[in-house]
Amino acid sequence: MTDAAQDNGQMLAADGKPLKSSLNRALRRQKLRALALIAPLLIFVLITFIAPIADMLFRSVENQIVSDTLPRTTEALADWDGDTGEIPSPEVFKALYTDMFIAQERKLHTRLGSRLNYELTGISSLFRKSGRRVEDMGEVYQDQFEDLNDFWKDSETWNALMGSDAWLAEQAAWDETSDSRQPQFELREEIEGLLPQTAATFEIFADFVQNDDEDNLANEDPWALVYSALYDDLIVEPDISGYAGPGSAELLEAMAAVRSFETVDYPAAFEEVDEDWHSIPVWQTIQTYSPDFTSGYFLNSVDMKKSPDGPVIRPEDEQIYIKLFIRTLFMSLVITGSCILLGYPVAWLLANLPARTANLLMILVLLPFWTSLLVRTSAWKVMLQQQGVVNDTLVWLGLVADDSRLALINNQTGTIIAMTHILLPFMILPLYSVMKTIPPSYLRAAKSLGATNWTAFWRVYFPQSVPGIGAGSILVFILAIGYYITPELVGGTTGTFISNRIAYHISSSLNWGLAAALGAILLALVLALYWAYDKIVGIDNVKLGG
Amino acid sequence: MADTTTADAFVEFERVQKSYDGETLVVKDLNLAMPKGEFLTMLGPSGSGKTTCLMMLAGFETATHGDIRLDGQSINNIPPHKRGIGMVFQNYALFPHMTVAENLSFPLEVRKMGKSDREAKIKRALDMVQMGHFAGRRPSQLSGGQQQRIALARALVFEPELVLMDEPLGALDKQLRETLQFEITNLAHDLGITVVYVTHDQTEALTMSDRVAVFDDGRIQQLAPPDQLYEAPENSFVAQFIGENNTLEGVVKEIKGETALIQLDGGEVIDAKPVNVASAGDRTRVSIRPERVEYNKSRLSEDAHTLKAEVLEFIYMGDIFRTRLRVAGTDDFVIKTRNAPDVERLAPGQQIEIGWLPQDCRALDA
Repeated sequence: MTDAAQDNGQMLAADGKPLKSSLNRALRRQKLRALALIAPLLIFVLITFIAPIADMLFRSVENQIVSDTLPRTTEALADWDGDTGEIPSPEVFKALYTDMFIAQERKLHTRLGSRLNYELTGISSLFRKSGRRVEDMGEVYQDQFEDLNDFWKDSETWNALMGSDAWLAEQAAWDETSDSRQPQFELREEIEGLLPQTAATFEIFADFVQNDDEDNLANEDPWALVYSALYDDLIVEPDISGYAGPGSAELLEAMAAVRSFETVDYPAAFEEVDEDWHSIPVWQTIQTYSPDFTSGYFLNSVDMKKSPDGPVIRPEDEQIYIKLFIRTLFMSLVITGSCILLGYPVAWLLANLPARTANLLMILVLLPFWTSLLVRTSAWKVMLQQQGVVNDTLVWLGLVADDSRLALINNQTGTIIAMTHILLPFMILPLYSVMKTIPPSYLRAAKSLGATNWTAFWRVYFPQSVPGIGAGSILVFILAIGYYITPELVGGTTGTFISNRIAYHISSSLNWGLAAALGAILLALVLALYWAYDKIVGIDNVKLGG
Repeated sequence: MADTTTADAFVEFERVQKSYDGETLVVKDLNLAMPKGEFLTMLGPSGSGKTTCLMMLAGFETATHGDIRLDGQSINNIPPHKRGIGMVFQNYALFPHMTVAENLSFPLEVRKMGKSDREAKIKRALDMVQMGHFAGRRPSQLSGGQQQRIALARALVFEPELVLMDEPLGALDKQLRETLQFEITNLAHDLGITVVYVTHDQTEALTMSDRVAVFDDGRIQQLAPPDQLYEAPENSFVAQFIGENNTLEGVVKEIKGETALIQLDGGEVIDAKPVNVASAGDRTRVSIRPERVEYNKSRLSEDAHTLKAEVLEFIYMGDIFRTRLRVAGTDDFVIKTRNAPDVERLAPGQQIEIGWLPQDCRALDA
């Protein structure tokens, strides 16, 4: 300690700074350099591995589609209580009309329909049908306004009324054929105060025309929805006497006329479209799924469903996922168990035979790895079918009668046999690498101490090979629990796994939320089992070799 | 091998041969008899067959031919676990998943011994190796020397009459090795057990054993107590293998009772004790220990033959001087002299005359 002085019990470096901070500084630079070295891989892993998992977890609770598509309806529906047996108020139907009109213009209503159809069958077609008919509903007002004055027929006069002077000037100056962007619509300030609903609706319409359809707003007639909004604004007789802008005269005229207009009864109009709109469950479903985040997918994944009174268990004939989860776990355990039973002796041979023979055996173990998974699985189909090799042999040996051939495929047995075969190397390799590290002198020592062959194996060799069994079991079990192709091909209906269901929801039913929830549960299950394994066996007891 | 096959032999090898591949013999015609309580060391270079002999005795290898007897009974067909032989392995072979106490308990458990008996024996065995406080530790928490002590205790805990040790101190540092050598010999003598000890370290063999069997080429070259082995090697392999040795080659000129005249290849004539030569005319290797060579003429007899020598190197080693000479055409003739006040310190290039007592110079096989 010639270079380090001591000051108040603290070691000082040569430059008088505390030794500890000098050391930290020196180490920090090394750590940063090390981090920079692994950064590319770290970022790659984060982006390609963590991010998709996070996205999947998010999808399993995400439910913004309902409130995004039907914002006004869900808001109006918040106070409604389905238990009274009353259908929602006309305001709700009015809001539904607005939302539905905008949604069908944007072609979003069918998507929402399919989303809600997961929860209540039939909603999909209800939405599709309503989307087609909702346009007609507002035409009652449009016709009446147009009959009243040609001013209301023309897109130009509408724009003059609604648009700000600055925008109107820009729009007039804009050359449609040029590459420049269409001037963004801007609302006339006085109108926003006088006719709030019309203004809001027109803004949505203008935004849709300019940005979604990319048409010239000057040439587009407003939606029927705008007329309904105008009617709603005028019927309450706002004070428009102070307004002197374009169309002030026509507005006054219209305000005087609307009182005698024919009105639309929205509840009745929707009932006319489909009487399901007056059914309580439809509205309950919309209400239940209006929040931005939902536990619905997860409840579905465990055979429950959301109801206005909280989660309830589905009727027995609709329960499927719990059973599938249990089956997946059970079969994975059986497969892991068979892999241990079959793999242990092979690994022992590999570790104890002379190198030449062991290498040959190792090639035989690895051979399946070099063969396509599909080929191996299909080979099992050939082997195991009723007229297959195994059954033929059993019949020939007289072990099985010709008329009672064993059903070995398209059921659980088939899945277990084929998957045990496919996953066996994952058990043998870690077992082998652990056994390789157990010196033969332990067995000799045990025998010299008086143990029989069996005692020596069971009390001395086996405990030392347990880390290999642990590692192999974790590998095989986790692979098995998420396996997809093999159960799909040889599992039939009784031998399929939860992963097959997830695949179905991803690619066929397109219910990604449910697939994500099932996947998340599967992930949680694996993590929980891993945790339990750590608690019981200890993860230090897992060795992949060395 | 005068005392082979004695009536009271406890361990006996009779005409034992061993081959692994059916083509070459690793052990060739081994005959060995040990009385009870003897500490016998099998010493030899690697590949000389000593470990194979030990493994045949333990039962892990079977003899290809011949008979191995323990206490008069042939054990050729008795499996290792029924032989009741304690064994200490080179890498200790302590079971890593058991504590020290469990390791020691293992041989007692397989013998179905009751719990209280077991505990008493374990305690006694651990105290014997001064490891009483380590019963609860795992082998990985012990140092090499401590592990070896435990391995020893484990081999002794079930009170075997014969204990085999396969280079047990090979992995330890020199100081620890010397301490343990001493402890093992004491323990063996105190307990009266018979020990067969395998090593390739001759110092270990010489310091520990009652008798040493020097192995080479699958045969016992010499079986004798350590002092005889060093001072009276019976062939040139043993002379070379044990301790430092000077060799001169030549032809026997004449044998007269206890003395032989040897004409060296350089023409010089010396006196030697005929040990492994039959008659005049035989080629021979003469072996002289470095510390038996004299260059102080007053200590030699009048008529002793002397040789001219040139000092090549003089090394001061504290207690002794080590001098390298050129003698009779060889450059690596070494002599060792005790550091005493009256001893002359030589300088390189100095010409001296060296000689020895005829009985210290042994004429062996060529």
